Amino acid sequence: MGEVILDVNELTTKYVTRFGDNIYAVDHVSLQVEEGKSLGIAGESGCGKSTLALSLMGYYFPPLHYTSGDIIINGRTITGMAPDDVRRTVLGNDIAYIPQAAMNALNPTQKVIRFIEDVFDAHKMHMSKKEVRETAEGFFQAVGLPEEVLNKYPVELSGGMKQRTVIAISVILSPQVLIADEPSSALDVTSQKMVIKMLRRLMDGGYIKSMIFITHELPLLYNVTDDIMVMYAGQIVEKGSSKEVVLTPLHPYSQGLMGSIMVPEAGLRDVKLLAIPGVPPNLKNPPSGCRFADRCKYVMPICRAQTIPLREVAGGRAYRCVLSPEELSEAHAREVYASHAK
Amino acid sequence: MKHMLRQVFRSGKFVTGFVIFMAIMLTVIIYPLLITDHPLSIIGQGTFFPPGIYVNVFDSVSSPAYTIMLDDAAAKRIAGRLNDEDREAIREWLVGAGVADGEIDIANTESLLGLWVNNYDSTANVAGMTNADRNYYIRLNKSLQVLLSTEGVTLAASNPETGALEETGTVEPTQYVNVREVANVRLLPLGTDNFGRDVLTELVSATAVSLRIGFVAGIIATFIGLVLGLVSGYMGGIVDDVISFITNLFIVIPGFVLLILISFSIGQERRGPFVIAVVIGLTSWVWTARAVRAQVISLRNRDHVNLSKLSGHSIVHIISRDILPYIASYVVMALILQISAGILAEAQLSVLGLGPRTTEEATLGLMMNWALIYQAHILGKWWAYFPVILVIALIAFSLNLMNTGMDQVFNPALRD
Amino acid sequence: MLNERKPCLQGVGLTKVFGLGRKKTVAVDNVDFTFHEGEIISIVGESGSGKTTLAKMLLGLINQTSGDVFFQGQKRDLSSHRKKKEYWRSIQAIFQDPFSSYNIFNKIDTVLLDCIRMRGGGSLSRDEKTEMMIEACRFVNLKFEELTNKYPFELSGGQQQRLMIARIFLLKPKILLADEPTSMIDACSRSTILDALLDLRNEIGMTPIFITHDIGLAFYVSDSVYIMERGRIVESGTADEVILNPQEPYTKRLISDVPKIREEWDLSTV
Repeated sequence: MGEVILDVNELTTKYVTRFGDNIYAVDHVSLQVEEGKSLGIAGESGCGKSTLALSLMGYYFPPLHYTSGDIIINGRTITGMAPDDVRRTVLGNDIAYIPQAAMNALNPTQKVIRFIEDVFDAHKMHMSKKEVRETAEGFFQAVGLPEEVLNKYPVELSGGMKQRTVIAISVILSPQVLIADEPSSALDVTSQKMVIKMLRRLMDGGYIKSMIFITHELPLLYNVTDDIMVMYAGQIVEKGSSKEVVLTPLHPYSQGLMGSIMVPEAGLRDVKLLAIPGVPPNLKNPPSGCRFADRCKYVMPICRAQTIPLREVAGGRAYRCVLSPEELSEAHAREVYASHAK
Repeated sequence: MKHMLRQVFRSGKFVTGFVIFMAIMLTVIIYPLLITDHPLSIIGQGTFFPPGIYVNVFDSVSSPAYTIMLDDAAAKRIAGRLNDEDREAIREWLVGAGVADGEIDIANTESLLGLWVNNYDSTANVAGMTNADRNYYIRLNKSLQVLLSTEGVTLAASNPETGALEETGTVEPTQYVNVREVANVRLLPLGTDNFGRDVLTELVSATAVSLRIGFVAGIIATFIGLVLGLVSGYMGGIVDDVISFITNLFIVIPGFVLLILISFSIGQERRGPFVIAVVIGLTSWVWTARAVRAQVISLRNRDHVNLSKLSGHSIVHIISRDILPYIASYVVMALILQISAGILAEAQLSVLGLGPRTTEEATLGLMMNWALIYQAHILGKWWAYFPVILVIALIAFSLNLMNTGMDQVFNPALRD
Repeated sequence: MLNERKPCLQGVGLTKVFGLGRKKTVAVDNVDFTFHEGEIISIVGESGSGKTTLAKMLLGLINQTSGDVFFQGQKRDLSSHRKKKEYWRSIQAIFQDPFSSYNIFNKIDTVLLDCIRMRGGGSLSRDEKTEMMIEACRFVNLKFEELTNKYPFELSGGQQQRLMIARIFLLKPKILLADEPTSMIDACSRSTILDALLDLRNEIGMTPIFITHDIGLAFYVSDSVYIMERGRIVESGTADEVILNPQEPYTKRLISDVPKIREEWDLSTV
């Protein structure tokens, strides 16, 4: 087991709306990422996965507010630090964050090299323009981007190239953790594959120590990350290795998610996709007990009566359900069998 | 719709603007009900009477008199009567008579009079004084003595039979009348203008006319802009090309110059407020048309419009039901700005002397024009033009505030 | 069986050019196809492939620059509003973004009543119309009682898209063009939408045409697949042929670039 780079304990953050309502979009989330490992976060839109990414930076601005919990990076607790210190010493050095649609955030009037100069300037690394250029050229070569990109304006780059450039700029200081929120969702499949390949290269080359990858596309997570965490209504409902979570999901919600995957492979046409009726609960006043109860096939009175804890299973796996892993696996197997009788 | 209105009225900016505008509107409606005089009747013989309460002298004399003993009455009377010119003349005399310049304080009536009484000598010959000057000082001294005396003034009337003057009574310096008992008192809060007309009454009616001009011009401009924008944006193709060409043509010609030329060529006789309003409306639709066209173009490719087409709706139905509601808020905002611009355009035209030519109705611009021609600004008669500027500014300010408030509600990106 | 297939929609040399002179872009380039009644068709392409332009031409929302569309063997005539209306009784669409597909000022009832009127049911009594709307909503698992007098934006994306299908249920067209009907919908609701569409197909016997970038979806739902690249159809055939045994290099690349579960995803190809 490698060293734990990112350790998050019971992190809770909330949105405060214009009308003063509290919306707990990240509710007691704990996770660990070891050196050289990547973690995927999956879930439907509105489940809190993007908010979690934002919260992990330790840098909060309204309407997002920190409530409780700890974020520890390499032994240093960053929750509770002054926002300016977080911005100066944590972001870029320890954590690199790539938000959704990051590729559209590049100022169109500046050449790519200027953004890199800005990164070095912002972190008080006094380097001459020549040194910056040499460093940047070396880095771009290492991660498989053409050097010419440095002299181009963002508008001259294709979508996929722009996204890869943004990623390269954000990780040029070799952060401990890269948090990528849907980095490839707006791209066509070929560009998406190139982005993934680059992320792999960054991990393998040690340019980033660990990675958190957020997407709603499960086949992508399955192929990119070591572990997968499924979120539902602000909570973790299942955690485990990618293989386990995708092939033998435990939580009924994960089962539904995995059952709705459509990949162009032989056999897909013979199964019937699983469907989960209903919509996620409103987080303004989430239901007591299991938050998935209203949509669950196996719901029992006990589900609504008590708060369901995250239950640990052997091998670092965890899930949030009252049923035992055996009962859940059996139910899933039955579903899969039934789906083949299309 | 209800929800939208509620949102709009939650915006502080909009409400502030709305309150100011409504206050102006209410004044314009209620004031004429209370003061029924014709706003342009000439009541003053003379120009630019300053603001104040005007008490009828004739009625004061015949009103019941009350004797009130006030110590400072004489001093006040003289202070009020001695004007700056007289005071300067007194100083000149005193200096000539050998009083040190430093001792004389012309602002202090009491000490000045003391020095005068002690030093004045009508027979004294001051070097360089003309005969006319001497007579002036004699007159001045006499009138000061009258003011200083505690004797009353005798009132006399000619006997209709004999024609001889007969004493009818005296007015003592200590006599007062109660203003409420004087039959004729006229309050002129903003004085009179160059023609001797009550500025406040005139201002209220001018505001009403200017608002009407603004509404007519705004509605015409918005209507033309909206129709052309909708047609050219939705139809596209050759129709769009033609309309865009016309619009661009109007954009290249400066609107105000066009307005001046049209106004000028209409001729003085036919240039009433309504005609001017129509002319302003006809020359200011351009930006509305362009903006509406741009909005419609972005709307016409939206899926809900496509779906409406697929549901077999006619062009008229699609424009009125699927496009118009989406730009309605924008059009209302444009209308508000057009009203404000219309009022300003009328003021600008009128100042140049190209506004409505009328003696029946005043407009804000015409009031400015009259004040300008009779040099109110040079003579320091501020009441003739400053209130007009204030009203124009308040109308433009309130309308723009309403517009910004609505903009913040309808464009979430502008919300803070 | 194969010989009895009737063509319902045909394109011959269909071309759409936007702009003039140097700014000219050929969105759809000389496309030929024959869609048969009863089969499920998918047109697959990446963004910019011209698939949405092709769909709009088939719908008659934009005119083709050249080429012809044949509907049920007859050359399509859209010269007047009446003829267009007639055509749109037979061909309908579901769009990608449910949130922009509705007029936010119209209530849900208006949307459904429009469809009844389109089918010539304008003179029916209020009760009969309500009965039809209830039936349509029930078909897509929505409760009309909960929707009446509501506005579409009060519904979730999945519910809005199901309401779109209820609309099609009332219109009963012969052909349905579904332009990315599930791409804005969460994975869990996606199968609900697809199931409803496929049920509807069986119910009213229409020919669905899916326009999508998602090869997985195309493979899952369709009988025939057409792959579009830069305005041209580069490969077509049955779903199994095209997806499992692609011939064209573009199709091969497209399929190999999609992440897989059971097969190895080869990153070395890019």
